[in-house]
Amino acid sequence: MGTNWAWFHRFGSPPHVYRLAGLLTPWFAWPAALSILAALYGGLVLAPPDYQQGEGFRILYVHAPSAWLSVMIYAVMATAAGIGLIWRMKVAHAAAASCAGIGAWFTVVSLVTGMLWGKPMWGTYWVWDPRLTAQLVLLFLYLGYIGLRSGIDDVGRADRASAVLALVGVVNIPIIRYSVEWWNSIHQAPSVMKMEKPSMPMEMLVPLLLMFLGFTLYFAAVMLVRLRAEILRRERSASWIREALR
Amino acid sequence: MSMGTAAGSWQAARIVLQREWLLAVRRPAQVLQPLAFFAVVTAMFPLGYTPELAKLRAIAPGVLWVGALLASLLALEHLFREDASDGTLEQYVLSGQSLTWLLLAKTIAHWLLTGLPLTLMAPWLGVALGVPLTAAIGVMGALALGTWTLSLLGSIGAGLTLGVRRGGVLLSLLTLPLAVPVLVFGARATELAIVGDSPTGALYLLGSLAVLGLTLAPLAAAAAVRIGLE
Repeated sequence: MGTNWAWFHRFGSPPHVYRLAGLLTPWFAWPAALSILAALYGGLVLAPPDYQQGEGFRILYVHAPSAWLSVMIYAVMATAAGIGLIWRMKVAHAAAASCAGIGAWFTVVSLVTGMLWGKPMWGTYWVWDPRLTAQLVLLFLYLGYIGLRSGIDDVGRADRASAVLALVGVVNIPIIRYSVEWWNSIHQAPSVMKMEKPSMPMEMLVPLLLMFLGFTLYFAAVMLVRLRAEILRRERSASWIREALR
Repeated sequence: MSMGTAAGSWQAARIVLQREWLLAVRRPAQVLQPLAFFAVVTAMFPLGYTPELAKLRAIAPGVLWVGALLASLLALEHLFREDASDGTLEQYVLSGQSLTWLLLAKTIAHWLLTGLPLTLMAPWLGVALGVPLTAAIGVMGALALGTWTLSLLGSIGAGLTLGVRRGGVLLSLLTLPLAVPVLVFGARATELAIVGDSPTGALYLLGSLAVLGLTLAPLAAAAAVRIGLE
């Protein structure tokens, strides 16, 4: 009696979430744009070149936030999928669906930037470095999720089946990361870059942190836009849509 | 979801096992084809790479594991499909027995009819790759544990792809990334056995994966089959 769950149940209502997402989008998009611009200026202009890697290290400002997001988005997706599965909340499934594409692209970005960075540093685009390998497997997990979703025609069934897959994946990701780490430590001598991370000077670190913030806000903004599109697609025959789009 | 009594559950699981066994005896091709596939794939490597046994021995763990992985996946495609189309799975759901339990019995049957024969066959295929028979115990231990975990992982994938047209490719796309830890530890144990070291450490890791899979996978597979049957 005491706790009021109405606020939670309102998240189950597509019109409410559609409106809320529309209201929130600019509050994420603008800070994202500002912090990414500031971080770009700080990272590309103000920060000094690295004493070992020269200018090449600057790709870190895109690489590290993308890698962080690729994993974070999977966790967000699995959480949304779990909520959708447990409380049978359609909007949560729609949120999970709108996460998958973004997560897969950030995984691709982190792989490509990692390869571009690897060319001058390792002398080759691809090394079976544990983190690169784990990212590659993560990309396959995203592709499997997207493939399963598109393979099932019925939206409700696609939602629930892909939710089970996302949860299985989230249990598996730490095990995969650990096993790849273990596999690599046997097969390959520690690479040059395995040096102890020296504490970064402030003028390098601040833009990086800003970039992490900016990328995360950007993800939130894009996810809300995609969530709105997803809700529109799913509810296209509902009557509230006509009013909302008037 | 009513649960059967303990005695009833055992009986139900035994009936499922018996049925799978009978089906396999009546349709032996389904059991033999993955084995033939395993042999053919393994034979491609000497032809495509080099006939030198010393070189083949170096890649033998990878060849044996990828071959067993693919052969096991090939068989997994049929784990639930026929039973879903002829209504057997629906009867399982309606039987009042725990679906998790029945599917576990079915997965065990699948492993006995696919994973175990693959395991028994692997040392002989290994000989063709220059693997000494002294490594047989390690190779078989690793494959027995690994194919068991694969069957469990595959039961989730097979359940999820129940309603999908041409689900075979998708099943591989879903299951193979999840099988990466099994492949890593399994190939490592096999490699250690081949060079004559003790594979115990890697086998323990494989064993822990097998136990984790046994704990969680049947629940996920039952959820997946329920969704697939809707």
